[in-house]
Amino acid sequence: MSKNEKALLEVKNIRKSFGKTEVLKGIDFTMGKGEVVAIIGSSGSGKTTLLRCLNFLETPDVGTISLDEKVIFDAENHKKLSDSEIRSNRLHFGLVFQSFNLFPQYNVKRNLTLAAELLEFEKIKNGSSQYKEKKDAVDAISKKADELLVQVGLLEKEKSYPCELSGGQQQRVAIARALALEPEVLCFDEPTSALDPELTGEVLKVIRELKNTNKTMIVVTHEMEFAKNVADTIIYMADGVIEEMGPSQEVFENPKSEKLKSFLKSSFEKL
Amino acid sequence: MTFAEQFTIVLQALNEGFLQTLKLFIITLLGALPLGLVVSLGSMSRFKPISAVVKTFVWVIRGTPLMLQLMIIYYGCSIWSGGEDGRFAASAVAFIINYSCYFSEIYRGGIQGVPVGQQEAGQVLGMSKKQIFFKVTLLQMIKRIVPPMSNEIITLVKDTSLARIIALQEIIWAGFSFMKGSNGIAGQVWPLFFTGIYYLAFSGVLTILFNKIEKKLSYFKV
Repeated sequence: MSKNEKALLEVKNIRKSFGKTEVLKGIDFTMGKGEVVAIIGSSGSGKTTLLRCLNFLETPDVGTISLDEKVIFDAENHKKLSDSEIRSNRLHFGLVFQSFNLFPQYNVKRNLTLAAELLEFEKIKNGSSQYKEKKDAVDAISKKADELLVQVGLLEKEKSYPCELSGGQQQRVAIARALALEPEVLCFDEPTSALDPELTGEVLKVIRELKNTNKTMIVVTHEMEFAKNVADTIIYMADGVIEEMGPSQEVFENPKSEKLKSFLKSSFEKL
Repeated sequence: MTFAEQFTIVLQALNEGFLQTLKLFIITLLGALPLGLVVSLGSMSRFKPISAVVKTFVWVIRGTPLMLQLMIIYYGCSIWSGGEDGRFAASAVAFIINYSCYFSEIYRGGIQGVPVGQQEAGQVLGMSKKQIFFKVTLLQMIKRIVPPMSNEIITLVKDTSLARIIALQEIIWAGFSFMKGSNGIAGQVWPLFFTGIYYLAFSGVLTILFNKIEKKLSYFKV
């Protein structure tokens, strides 16, 4: 992110321990709107925990998270927040899981519309919705879902159930489902790690296309080529800290820390 | 007495006995299905003393014969009124306690079997805990527990006959009465054999019913 741009997301001093193990030891970074950040690093470096903290699946012990200069998480007063406040804070972020986690009992279309409808119905109930009737909301949400399915190339599968889809297709549905709630920051937790090698391409293609629509994204990944080509910024994590962070080309071509050098060496050796 | 006359008498007695069997079956389900959920939540409680007490209780109930439990509850407590009503009440209590423990373990498997990722997916989509339970996890739990539950419920059909040990007048008691002598019929084994038809028909109907439920839920995989 260039210096005169205003940060969309600002993460300050996030720390998180599980029992006696400190997994995140003070994470600070900022990112701008439309920026794509790839987080790389070996297993156990804290990448996934960081992503889960951003989505409030884990509660950091220390630190703040701000979005558009508004603090949406502060470890100091987090306990005072009500469930519904935490829920609405969550909606700033979307998360695509490594194992897709589609709802198996619903078809593809319903996977996309379920949460959006529940939210909109609640809003209609307390009068904060732009829709007066449930039916109007349902129609609009359905139309939006169709558009998203076109975007990920799966409109013809809208009536299929997750068990009838390949892993790559399931992950594309999961991406569309996350997009349905229009999160400001879309996070991916190793989105291709559970896929057969020949299926990773279709998922990475969707993410690449999202970059062209100026979507702000954080991608935890082991796909080094993808990180190099798609991400604007690389965050390299090691032992719970950001060891190195910088523009993608620079980090890959001119790594500074010894740890990153040996990590990149072993990552590219595998290829 | 002709066989046709005997048959009419036996049939009527067996029908009455079967009604008692059916009543015990239904009351046990009505009590044990919800109580099993309470027991199961208790055994999963994060408050250690509660889960320890509940788990010990489940161990004792599952580790001792239902017949023994029936006898202890009926003869060991003096709260039961005499006669068939008292025997039925004691049987119902014993069966409900026993079966809620078995059901609780099946529920526990169903609840813990739903991957945590399902709940997390609901959370990141802004759903409330209640919405996640009712819209996401509940049906997946039901699908998981239908096969073991159908097994257990069909076992219950046959287990109701254990209530005979405290002389509840269920169908086997009714069939056996024609061995000892009742209504002018004595030393006859065939009424006892005939009770088997009732059990077979009843468990057959239940099997069909549970297969239908399983089929209905087969459109998705968990």
